[in-house]
Amino acid sequence: MKVSIERGILLKALNHVQGIVERRNTIPILSNVKIDANKKGIALIATDLDLEIIENVEATVSRAGSTTISAHTLYDIIRKIPEGSFVEIEQKQDNQIELRSGQSNFDLPCLPDEDFPEMSSGEMPCSFTMGSNDLARLIDKTKFAISTEETRYYLNGIFLHSIDNELRSVATDGHRLACVKSKLPAGAEEMPSVIIPRKTVGEIRKLIEGSSDDLSIKVSDTKIQFNLKDVQLTSKLIDGTFPDYERVIPKNNDKELSIETKIFSSSIDRVATISSDKSKAVKFLLKDGALTLTVVNPDAGTAVEKTPVQYDYEELEIGFNARYLLDIASQIDGHDMVFALEGSGSPALIRDSNDDQATYVLMPMRV
Amino acid sequence: MIKERVKKIILSICRECFSSFCEKRNYCENCSSLKIINNNEIESLSIAHVDCDAFYASIEKRDNPKLKNSAVIIGGGKRGVVSTACYLARTKGVKSAMPIYKALKLCPEAIIIKPNMKKYRDASKIINTLMGEITPLIEPISLDEAFLDLSGTKRLHKKIPAILLAELSKKINKNIGISVSIGLSYNKFLAKICSEIDKPKGFSVLGKRESKQFLYQQPVEILWGVGKILKRKLNNDGIKTIGQIKEMNPQDIIKRYGSIGSHIHSLSNGQDSRKVIPFRQIKSISHETTFDHDISNKKILEKTLWTLCEKVSKRSKINGLGGQTITLKLKTNEFKLLTRSFTIIEPTQLGELIFNYSKKLLYKEKNNLKYRLIGVGISNLKDSELCDLYDLINTSKTNDTKIEYAMDTIRKKFGEDLIKKGRSL
Repeated sequence: MKVSIERGILLKALNHVQGIVERRNTIPILSNVKIDANKKGIALIATDLDLEIIENVEATVSRAGSTTISAHTLYDIIRKIPEGSFVEIEQKQDNQIELRSGQSNFDLPCLPDEDFPEMSSGEMPCSFTMGSNDLARLIDKTKFAISTEETRYYLNGIFLHSIDNELRSVATDGHRLACVKSKLPAGAEEMPSVIIPRKTVGEIRKLIEGSSDDLSIKVSDTKIQFNLKDVQLTSKLIDGTFPDYERVIPKNNDKELSIETKIFSSSIDRVATISSDKSKAVKFLLKDGALTLTVVNPDAGTAVEKTPVQYDYEELEIGFNARYLLDIASQIDGHDMVFALEGSGSPALIRDSNDDQATYVLMPMRV
Repeated sequence: MIKERVKKIILSICRECFSSFCEKRNYCENCSSLKIINNNEIESLSIAHVDCDAFYASIEKRDNPKLKNSAVIIGGGKRGVVSTACYLARTKGVKSAMPIYKALKLCPEAIIIKPNMKKYRDASKIINTLMGEITPLIEPISLDEAFLDLSGTKRLHKKIPAILLAELSKKINKNIGISVSIGLSYNKFLAKICSEIDKPKGFSVLGKRESKQFLYQQPVEILWGVGKILKRKLNNDGIKTIGQIKEMNPQDIIKRYGSIGSHIHSLSNGQDSRKVIPFRQIKSISHETTFDHDISNKKILEKTLWTLCEKVSKRSKINGLGGQTITLKLKTNEFKLLTRSFTIIEPTQLGELIFNYSKKLLYKEKNNLKYRLIGVGISNLKDSELCDLYDLINTSKTNDTKIEYAMDTIRKKFGEDLIKKGRSL
């Protein structure tokens, strides 16, 4: 194998690819990126056995072939090579490649490409296309609620499914839940309901960053595949059942409270300053047309902030986790965020005044 | 004529009438009492250790004058251990932490009384209030002992610490009807040793200069941190007295005994930099009980475990804490101690959960063993706000949590026994 490639092109591709490679690996070849050179150019492939990325890159191929080399080392070298240079990669021996650029010369160990695990994509019966922006919205507004707790592994991802002629993404960690709806793309009607793992969510989000192109999505019961221009990302899905989330979205919360998003989030941020970590509870007291926020930290003092609000129901006291409130507020684009409450022990429903397609549910804390 | 302007230093105080003298005395000029304390440094010492004499037993004797001349042992059940023995029983060789049956062998006429913790706690509270009148820096070690830092109190009270302590001792005797022993020195380690010197009703003072000499001949086990095992190790190496440790090179001690080495070396030199800390952070909350007869039936063990879990939970809630690690403690009939722990994702203070996890640990143990003791505790403590969060998905957990808090509210309003779980019946 012998190829020549522009440094900038290679760096951009490696940037996508190396995110998938885990820093620590028990199987050595998983630390490597596979370089597959053919007539059309080269393909860079990386996998962690659950997630695989293939990126096709323009290159001058003087001799076809393929090999695998350490992804992080290659990325670090390319990063340090001056902009605008060309990089030449040549396989010299079975276990060594040479990398040349300008005055620099690297001999790097390689492993044979036959040992590189390839993810069989299998049959993907459902296929549709959607805009990068739409997918980005489905991810951004729910990603923060993904659980990290491993005992409930089925919550460690975004639940993507089609229902009522909508495409919905839902995530929850048991304390908060985010549910976002979007128009159902043609072809997605029969899509199986899937849980996309957190890592895949992060990688696909990186990939569509700044893009306004359409991407094609293929889904089977066990895998999902995203295709955006020259990049193909295939991921296994979480094998589990997502809980019946509709059951936990409150239907009868009749006490409404509307508050300006910016004012609200800076108030929460201010009172939360005195809590040792942002997981402390903020107490809401709704009374006589005012919302009083209180944080008490025995070691650091007390913070109180009172804001006039439109609230015409009986007095209510309820506590929420400050960080969770800020997470939700940061996803609200509208001028106001609308709380619908029931009582101090019941979940709160939060909506965006500008976007009736996004719903957030937040469990109260005892205060 | 040169006017002598020497500041007079107090060298002697009277424990009876609280007079102080600038010369050493054999008796008090004011009240003729012989309870005189002489010490060159008495004016400058301010760290005290106050220890109640045979606290539980003294309280029982106070409340039942008929017991005055009997040997009294406070401890639980036939199989429990002595928690306190009165001085009469102690003359027969009865010691705290000794199994009751052994104590009864030594002192068959002893009257065994089950501890009444509420009574002791109430007395302890009053003692704490009295101590609070002379300094805010009180570090309680248990119900019956505490360290006091009296630095700087002289300006406020216009009396030196030794006099304040003598007054305190008298006040405790008058208000509670029990006696205390007091140790006064310049650090915690020596204050504690002092309070032991002439127990009961003692008052000992140890200054910087004399402490060196005093420590020299003392056995190593009086050092803080030297327990049975380290004592054996030291003795095997030929080290029996504190003087020997003092003479050693600190590097050698550390090499041989690890980090504790540097600690015991400083103590041997009469140095102890630990401060009197008024509020000690709670690190774990636990309860345990010793059975009258060995038990191997898990169903019966489980029942006891539940009552212990309820106690642990109650104390966690009072302290606003919950634990992330749950530990089960068992002692077999052969005195083998087993501890088993389990760490959970979300800290808890709920009796129900502590019980569920510790029960699981209990059932993992072999079935044919007999146990004499069972205990349960939580550690890795977190603020109660972070415990037992309501869960959207796991609604049964949320409901269990709500039920337990509702029960607590009912108990607070209408009394402890009004509402119980079926398994406590």
